[in-house]
Amino acid sequence: MNDKVLLALGVASALYLVRNLYTMFMVLPDEAAQGAIYRIMFFHIPSWFTCFACFLASGVASAFAIWKKNFKGDSFAVAATEVGLAFTFIGLATGMIWAKIIWGIWWTWDARLTWAFITALTYAGYLMMRNMIDDPSERMRVTGVLSIFSFTSVVITYKAIDWWRTQHPGAILSFRTGGGNTDPAMESMIYQNWYALMLLTVVLVMLRFRQEETRREIEGMRRLAFTR
Amino acid sequence: MDQRNFTYMFYGFAAAWLILALYVVSLVSRGRKLSEQLETLKRTLSQEKS
Repeated sequence: MNDKVLLALGVASALYLVRNLYTMFMVLPDEAAQGAIYRIMFFHIPSWFTCFACFLASGVASAFAIWKKNFKGDSFAVAATEVGLAFTFIGLATGMIWAKIIWGIWWTWDARLTWAFITALTYAGYLMMRNMIDDPSERMRVTGVLSIFSFTSVVITYKAIDWWRTQHPGAILSFRTGGGNTDPAMESMIYQNWYALMLLTVVLVMLRFRQEETRREIEGMRRLAFTR
Repeated sequence: MDQRNFTYMFYGFAAAWLILALYVVSLVSRGRKLSEQLETLKRTLSQEKS
């Protein structure tokens, strides 16, 4: 993706986010029970969707990289994981702040929150492990397998509210409940903000992907200089 | 605590934007360092050749 396309996508995502912020604050009313704080959900839920999408992309890219011995796939996997991890932290932080008011506590070790934390640790481990392996082929294989298997943690996090009784609220979006749980305008806002964050994510992943390719080029040149 | 829970809503939004901003800043600074490293290496290798 060239610079102009990335810049256009970045500007589009910024404008989309500004438009969404206007709708959140100026158009949508406070929620009857929660007041203004329910608006955190417009970032909390889309952040989790975004990180899940990133981790899925990372797993698929890792599988492709291992299968085809393709280093570009490996670079894409690390880029998607890193951006996904940033959104995981946003999801955790916004959730904790919402919980402080609604539950009266910052954190509880229920199944959903615990698995979300495990997911964050697993993908942080993936990024740390990359720095510990010098050989590029071995790094691609080992961390690629970790990325693929780590996605089970994402699935468990997603399904935790269905499989266990949790402090975390159950599903609210109509594609899971069949509708009637959330006001359509508020539900639409969650999706609108997810689309905006996904646009931003594409820009961030492509920038990080380029950096990883540059780093690989530097590694290759260093090896070349060393073997002379 | 305010009646509408506005303060904590502000904290939530601030946290989200802060994490995003910190990530973008780290991305830009790492990109800059990588470009410098690449230029230095290219210069060194071309000097060695000549």
